[in-house]
Amino acid sequence: MKAAIQHDATTEAVRRRLAGGRVDLASYLFQATLFLSLMAALGILVVLLVDVVGGALPVFAERGLDFLTAPTSSDAGQAGVAQGIFGSVVLTVVVAVLAMPIGVGAAIYLEEYATDTALTRFLNTLVRNLAGVPAIVYGLLGLAIFAQALGGLTGGRSLIAGALTLAVLVLPIVIITAAEALRAVPASIREAGFGVGATKWEVVRHHVLPYAAPGIFTGTILSLSRAFGETAPLLLVGAVTGGFLVRNAGVVEQLQGPYTALPTVIFSWTRLPDAGFRANTAAAIVVLLAVMLLVNATAIILRNRYDRRW
Amino acid sequence: MTTATQPPTLSVDDLRGSHARRRRELAIRLVFFAAAGLSVIISGLIVLSLIGEATNFITRVAPDALLDPAFFPQRELFGIPTLVVGTFIVALIGMAVATPLGLGAAIYLSEYAQPRVRKALKPVLEILAGIPSVVLGFFALTVISPQVVNPLCPGVTPLSNYAAAGLAVGILITPLVASVSEDAMYAVPRSLREASYGLGAKKRTTSIRIVVPAAVSGIVAALIIAFSRAIGETLIVAVASGATGGGRFTLDPCGPGQTMTAAMTSLAIGSDRPRGDSLAYPSLFFIGLLLFAMTLVLNIIGEAFVRRVRRAY
Repeated sequence: MKAAIQHDATTEAVRRRLAGGRVDLASYLFQATLFLSLMAALGILVVLLVDVVGGALPVFAERGLDFLTAPTSSDAGQAGVAQGIFGSVVLTVVVAVLAMPIGVGAAIYLEEYATDTALTRFLNTLVRNLAGVPAIVYGLLGLAIFAQALGGLTGGRSLIAGALTLAVLVLPIVIITAAEALRAVPASIREAGFGVGATKWEVVRHHVLPYAAPGIFTGTILSLSRAFGETAPLLLVGAVTGGFLVRNAGVVEQLQGPYTALPTVIFSWTRLPDAGFRANTAAAIVVLLAVMLLVNATAIILRNRYDRRW
Repeated sequence: MTTATQPPTLSVDDLRGSHARRRRELAIRLVFFAAAGLSVIISGLIVLSLIGEATNFITRVAPDALLDPAFFPQRELFGIPTLVVGTFIVALIGMAVATPLGLGAAIYLSEYAQPRVRKALKPVLEILAGIPSVVLGFFALTVISPQVVNPLCPGVTPLSNYAAAGLAVGILITPLVASVSEDAMYAVPRSLREASYGLGAKKRTTSIRIVVPAAVSGIVAALIIAFSRAIGETLIVAVASGATGGGRFTLDPCGPGQTMTAAMTSLAIGSDRPRGDSLAYPSLFFIGLLLFAMTLVLNIIGEAFVRRVRRAY
């Protein structure tokens, strides 16, 4: 609508006539400045990608897939990201299993069940504020609660302690995005369900959730990708010294054992002065960004495709 | 009438449906309520886990060690002002980058860009916002510091410095500023713009004098939330502002220095070893509590501004 007016030839002609045929230079400069700031914001992304990919190419050219399958090493020519990838994937899966059902459940309560009471408003405020707590503070929570207070169960600074910390970190984001998706489903859908005698749960299960599902899934995927790239809490809950996974161990031992994650590997390599590790860091960043950008872009494109206007 | 002829079998209980169905409804409701209630437990645990060790620290630390113009935990010097000032230097440099870039991009997207361009670029901003901060830390150290900061600063600058970290933080929060303030500007009703055009105002005048003031709550909220993100940002400063193990009080943006989150990171990496007697471990929680309080206050103020936008239109 706005665009139709903006680009209407008549409007433009009238405006030019009113301006007395003069070119409004200041307006053009203003528009150019705005455009440049947008381009600068996006251009930095391009510079970053070019720089990182440029630094990473020699490593991939020389070592190929070996970089992805080799374990960490103090020798830059042999060090790989296998443990980092494994750790990150396990962390993300555990976070998904924990945070998604709880987050969606909480969102269903807040949007579908809760009435507008002081308690509901308090819960909503709490969730929004939890989403703004810095990641490193969640690391302190994980250190104090999951690694130390519950150390007997989790095995101290272990994979499961890290996963629990990340799950708590993304939970408020999952709740907020899921609640937004539920809110977008119009009330008439629910009323139709109630009208034929369905109970609250039946309405939610069969009428609201199917429509909200695309939004909920993209929101969850975006939060999981945030967990995948998060480093700060993991530095507090273990994983810096390059944990080595316990080989030939059961699932419980694996979860209670030391671990490392891809962003943590990047962090510790960044701090090494060796030029070989600088190239390795760039290569590891390419792996991390490739996974995250792919996942994020898929989620955002899917959301835009299934974006439903009621 | 009809009521007299109707058999008196239909009671309120019949309308409620079956007993089992109602019990199931209640159980499901309780499960969802428990999920929502978990956020209360998490908030409680955050505060609890921070306050315990933080009070342990504050009762044992010497007051003059707390105000010392240096932060060296191994030497029992916990100059908290040093860290807070460092944090603000980095965050303010970040805001100096993100405010003009973010707002400029937002005005362009909301007022000038064609709908097709806007629809294509908004997701790109979101993707940009999703870049992990550890990547920007590496970028700050390898590109920003040698190629941007070094030529601007007098003399030979150390590789790690506040300016490089601040610029990288600015890049990190620019998409956030752009996205949140664009939402606010886009939400300004079209009638306001049309009224302005009707009075003969130019597009530029309408953008600056009508749209921006109408969306000011949202813009302020965007800036506050971005500032809160900037002071809580960890990996960029841990990698690029340098000073592992401690730092002196400095206002020089070209020099290396410690911030709250960078100090926490280096404490955490080393805190495997000294437990028990050392004050280094509890100091981690004290700084964390301070950071938590600062970001909480900022977020609450930002949230209040966001609510004002919602009420306005």
